[in-house]
Order: sequence, then structure tokens, then C-alpha cells
Amino acid sequence: MDVDLMVEVTPLLIRAAWVTIDISSRAIFFGFFVACGLVFLQTFRFAPIRWFARGYISVIRGTPYFVQLLLVFYGGPSIGLRLDPITCGVFVGAFNIGAYMSEAIRGSIESVDSGQSEAARSLGFGKVQTMVSIVLPQAASLMIRSVGVLAIVLVKNSSLVSIISVVELTYQAQRLIGSTYKPLEIFTLSALMYIVIIYAVMGIIELAYRRAIRYTTQ
Amino acid sequence: MSTEQQTDTPMVEVRNVHKRFGDLEVLKGIDLTVDRGKIISIIGPSGSGKSTLLRSVNHLEVIDEGAILLDGVQVNRPDMKGLAFERHINHIRQNMGMVFQHFNLFPHLSTIDNVTLAPRKLKGMDKKTARELGMQQLERVGLAEKADVFPNWLSGGQKQRVAIARALAMKPKVMLFDEATSALDPELVEEVNRVMRSLAEEHMTMLIVTHEMSFARDVSDWALFMDGGVVVEESTPDKLFTNPEQERTRNFLHKHLGNNH
Repeated sequence: MDVDLMVEVTPLLIRAAWVTIDISSRAIFFGFFVACGLVFLQTFRFAPIRWFARGYISVIRGTPYFVQLLLVFYGGPSIGLRLDPITCGVFVGAFNIGAYMSEAIRGSIESVDSGQSEAARSLGFGKVQTMVSIVLPQAASLMIRSVGVLAIVLVKNSSLVSIISVVELTYQAQRLIGSTYKPLEIFTLSALMYIVIIYAVMGIIELAYRRAIRYTTQ
Repeated sequence: MSTEQQTDTPMVEVRNVHKRFGDLEVLKGIDLTVDRGKIISIIGPSGSGKSTLLRSVNHLEVIDEGAILLDGVQVNRPDMKGLAFERHINHIRQNMGMVFQHFNLFPHLSTIDNVTLAPRKLKGMDKKTARELGMQQLERVGLAEKADVFPNWLSGGQKQRVAIARALAMKPKVMLFDEATSALDPELVEEVNRVMRSLAEEHMTMLIVTHEMSFARDVSDWALFMDGGVVVEESTPDKLFTNPEQERTRNFLHKHLGNNH
């Protein structure tokens, strides 16, 4: 192994890793709002709105992320959707994780005991207040881990945006290999960096989870 | 129905209430009057409709026919829709305290926050005043020292007492108890009964669905036996429990008391 080379390219890979972190965190952030929107649409009485949300979720879940990325980046301009590579990565990431996240959020809301809503309603709370003060805080602790798993998948999938030439960790690694012909060293380094990022995400999820359930582990 | 002459509007009135779940009619024309300061117990086998009736009183179950009135104001309003009804029912419910079999305390809130959440959010009470009120209610049920712990750290009996305090904090006109002691271990039943007795001494109007025959007999002013969605028999508790007129009541009591003694 060429250790000197590894030391030399590390700063370049770290810079690229920041792009990975940046794209992923923005996609997760906006994805959360997409997810909330999808959950909200599914509460509508007007069936076509619910169908739209269900249909959207089915399409996203039924197609590879890679294809979604290519479709938006290369197919988008034909319908006037021209996005720069990074924006496209964030955009597709957000709309992809949003679909999965909406299912996690909906599932956790549904698994809060119905007695909780009944108790709140019996005190005179309205539907919205019941949701905000009683159901959502409890659903939050249930959804943290499943949303966390999705976030980890998204970080890993972010390597796919290299195909639309975003200079993130994987793309940078490939570029460096092109000039150094040292795939073992460079891919090992980039893999290590993914591990650091992903374990950091897991740590944050675990902390958030423990905080959310502290009422059961006083 | 109470035999006493009514001098003012009854606190709760149930008139010819019908409730169906699909093809199954669980309430088949129930009439019931709870006068101010009185305690009415409803007994009956599982599936008799007694819990459904109680839940219908504060509209957790939507009745199909009939009327329910709280202090002269109609609870169910088939003529009202959407937000208008939502506002109406939320206001009505603030005047009715409900205690559930499984307590339904909010696990993510401390005991005191369970008690003060509704006064703060619904009556706009400031935090300090709400805490004072909450502490009073917790003292009333003997749990002031548990104010800052989470419900998961309480025994079943303590949970139910907090649930009672939570309902009382809204200063309800009537308290509805839906098998409040059924989920408790036998040794924890008495502490909850004691709290309910103290409410009775304060002349709180109460409608109690229960399996605790001796308790019902002790505290109630009037008792009903329900079976198959109808009120089979009603009278003073002494008469209902010792000398019921109906065969079905006798059978039920015989079976129930037989199992307990």
C-alpha cells in the first residue's frame, strides 16, 4: 500500500466528503418536509388527492434511485427542468427519501395508542391540538430510528450522484484513481470516510432516540 | 331514573339513545337522568353496552338516534357540521371529566404536566397558576410528591389517581368513570375507590360504569343494570343489589358475586 499517496490525497477526499455531507443533509432536511406534505395529503377526504400521494409513493418506491437521478438530470431539460448537478442531487434525494419517510411517519403516528387521542379529546382538545401536543411528540420517538435508517441509506446512495458529475466523495475518488492508478488505496480511504460519516449519523440518531424516550427510562 | 323530584335541570340527560356498530345495535333506546350532585352506577355484563353509553355521553361514540344533554345543552347536534360542531363539542367536553379503564395518561409528560396541560392550553392559564391548580388536584388524590415523575414510574393505582386529577383540573360539571378499576390489581383498587368516595362526599356528579358491585352499592344514589343494549332494571342500589325484580339482574348478580366471594 502506498501510504504516502494516501496521506497526500486525504485532504482532497475530505473536501469531497463535505460535499457528500452537504448534499445528504440538505436532501434529508427537505425530504422531511416532502414527507410531511405526503402524510398530510393522505389525510384528505377528497380521494384523488390521496391517490396522488399514494401513487407518488408507489412510483418512487418502485423505481431505482439511480434511474430517478438520471431521469431528472437528463430528462428534466426536455420539460424545462434544468438543474445544476448539486441541486439535482439534493432535489432527487429529497423527493426520494420523502416518499419513504412519509411511510415511516405515517406508521409511527398510527401506532400511537388511540386511547391517547381519546383522552385528549375528552379533555376538550381539538383534532389539531391533539395531534400537535399529544400524538406527534409520542410518534417522534417511534419514527426516529426508522427515519435514521433511511438517512443512512440516503448517505450511501449519495455516491450515485457522481454519475451526474457532482464532485462528492465517490466522484473525487474515481478522479484521483484516474490520475494515480491506485484504486485500492483510494477506495479504501473513501470507504473509511463513508464509515465515519455513517457512524456519526447513527450516533446522532441514537442520541435523539434516547432523548425522545427519556420518559420511559427516567 | 331518579325517584326524587327534580328541582332544576338535570346535569346529564340521555333520551332514547340508539347506537349501532354496523348491523349490531348496541344501545336500543336508553333513557337516563343524572341529577346534580348525584352518583349513578351502571352495571352489566361485558358487551351490554354500558361503556358505549358512557362514551356516547361525551361523544367519543357518535349516537345514531336520540339526544344527550349536559346541563340542558345538547351534546350531539346532528344539525351542526365541521368546524362549528368541533368547537361545540370541545367546549362541552371541557365540562365533562372522563376516566378510562386504561388510564390513558400522556406518557411523554410529567405527572404535573398531564394535569395542567388542558388548563394551560384550553383555558389559557399561565404556567404558575396552572401548577398551583395542578398541585391542588394532585394533593386531592394524594400524589403531590409524584408531581415531577413520568407516568411510567407510577403504579396502576397511582396512574388512575393522576388521571382523575387530570380530569378534575378542568373543573368539570360531571365525572364519567369507564371501569376505572377494572385494569388494576386487586390491592390497588381501594386507593382509587377512596378517591372516588371523596369526590362523592364533595357532591361531584358522577356516572360510573363498574364491575365493583360493593363499591357501586356504597356510593351510588341510583343504580342501573344493563344487558343487551337496554336498561333491564334500575332502582336504589340497596334494592338492585339485594332484591332485584328481574330474573336477568338476579342471574348476573348471582354469577358476579358468586365469582367474587
